[in-house]
Amino acid sequence: MNTDSLPATLAEIVDDFQALTEPERLQLLLEFSRGLPELPEHLKDHPELLEQVVECQSPLFLTIETEKGDGGAPDSVRLYFKAPPEAPTTRGFAGVLHEGLDGLSAQEILAVPDDMPELLGLTRAITPLRMRGMTAMLGRIKRKVAASARFQG
Amino acid sequence: MPYPVEQNEKFSAYTHPERLVSTEWLAAAIESGAVRDGGLVVVESDEDVLLYETGHIPGSVKIDWHTDLNDEVTRDYVDGEAFAALAAAKGISRDSTVVIYGDKSNWWAAYALWVFTLFGHEDVRLLDGGRDKWISEGRELTTDVPSPAPGNYPVVERNDAPIRAFKEDVLAHLGKPLIDVRSPEEYTGQRTHMPAYPEEGALRGGHIPTAASIPWARAAAPDGTYRSREELEALYLGEAGLTAGDDVVAYCRIGERSSHTWFALKYLLGFDTVRNYDGSWTEWGNAVRVPIVKGADRGTVPSSRPATAAASN
Repeated sequence: MNTDSLPATLAEIVDDFQALTEPERLQLLLEFSRGLPELPEHLKDHPELLEQVVECQSPLFLTIETEKGDGGAPDSVRLYFKAPPEAPTTRGFAGVLHEGLDGLSAQEILAVPDDMPELLGLTRAITPLRMRGMTAMLGRIKRKVAASARFQG
Repeated sequence: MPYPVEQNEKFSAYTHPERLVSTEWLAAAIESGAVRDGGLVVVESDEDVLLYETGHIPGSVKIDWHTDLNDEVTRDYVDGEAFAALAAAKGISRDSTVVIYGDKSNWWAAYALWVFTLFGHEDVRLLDGGRDKWISEGRELTTDVPSPAPGNYPVVERNDAPIRAFKEDVLAHLGKPLIDVRSPEEYTGQRTHMPAYPEEGALRGGHIPTAASIPWARAAAPDGTYRSREELEALYLGEAGLTAGDDVVAYCRIGERSSHTWFALKYLLGFDTVRNYDGSWTEWGNAVRVPIVKGADRGTVPSSRPATAAASN
């Protein structure tokens, strides 16, 4: 698998990771963990609107919302994540997926290969077990996007 | 030179009070310059590989259980050469006093301490309460990563036998006390993995015959510190039924949670012979022809033991 099959922003992120040495990749993941945006006001006090991804080692909650596209443009999918600051690895994965996928169409998100997290080159440093959490996060996003697309179609 | 040992009422009830330090004690030692001048090396060891980078105790160095202590190819710990290189790089010499702390009630810190002990590092202590207690008390954190002067660490071969049990050792041990430190659901076999750790599953659920179930976290108070001697005795001598002088094996899923219990039994209650079975349930639950027991009862040692019988033929 190469980055050709990925949406442009996600492909760029993957390229950035691949261009780095292993310790630098961890540092970049840490930056993504810091860049993960807070939940918007309408979700902040409503934990029931978020779903937990139990495969993650630390508590990670997420949800998606669909925004109508302007003038014939396809609807865009918004992603929202919540993870505690004491779980930087989990937050970092969420940050990568947020920056790489937020605002794309359902079709673009569904086309992302399930094993995309492997491309970041973190498996050795992070352990396969920790990688599993990121794969599960992507899987959960895709399932939710697919369900929501069916509902609206 | 070993750094002076902390004296307080809680610790003095333990058999080896020199193995623990409190957050107050560590803060005072740092204040006095002990870390800066190399008298004391503070090590953070967490489950989350990036947690240290978000902020750590000033002057502390990081050791990751996976990337630093595990061998990349063999399912084993690093060898004497790799350990010596790691220690020296972290500013640790053979005679350094090392204080280890970490996240999740020192779950991984205890594991790192156990690995240091495999190499016979003499003076290695645990920060009672770990990272969470330090933070909850509002103590100082920094993101500055120190560059310590290299330590002087000889290549020492690991001596596994006194504190590490392999599967064959556990088979030979059957009939003597075992402590299973996993969750009750894992012990009974309802679950073959921890809720959040599906990749570390096993083909069968249950426990090693006759093992007593004492989930590891019961040895910790809500603030992550070890419970008092009296409370630990109620747990291990009372509930688990151990008697002083017993030869004990503790296990969990991959050997990290059981390191926390190993520490309590070995240093706080003073059992001389306690081994950690790091193969734990990921090995035992998948191994061919080893006996298991399902359900909440401890069960009995099977009269014929096919795996050992096969091995001796």
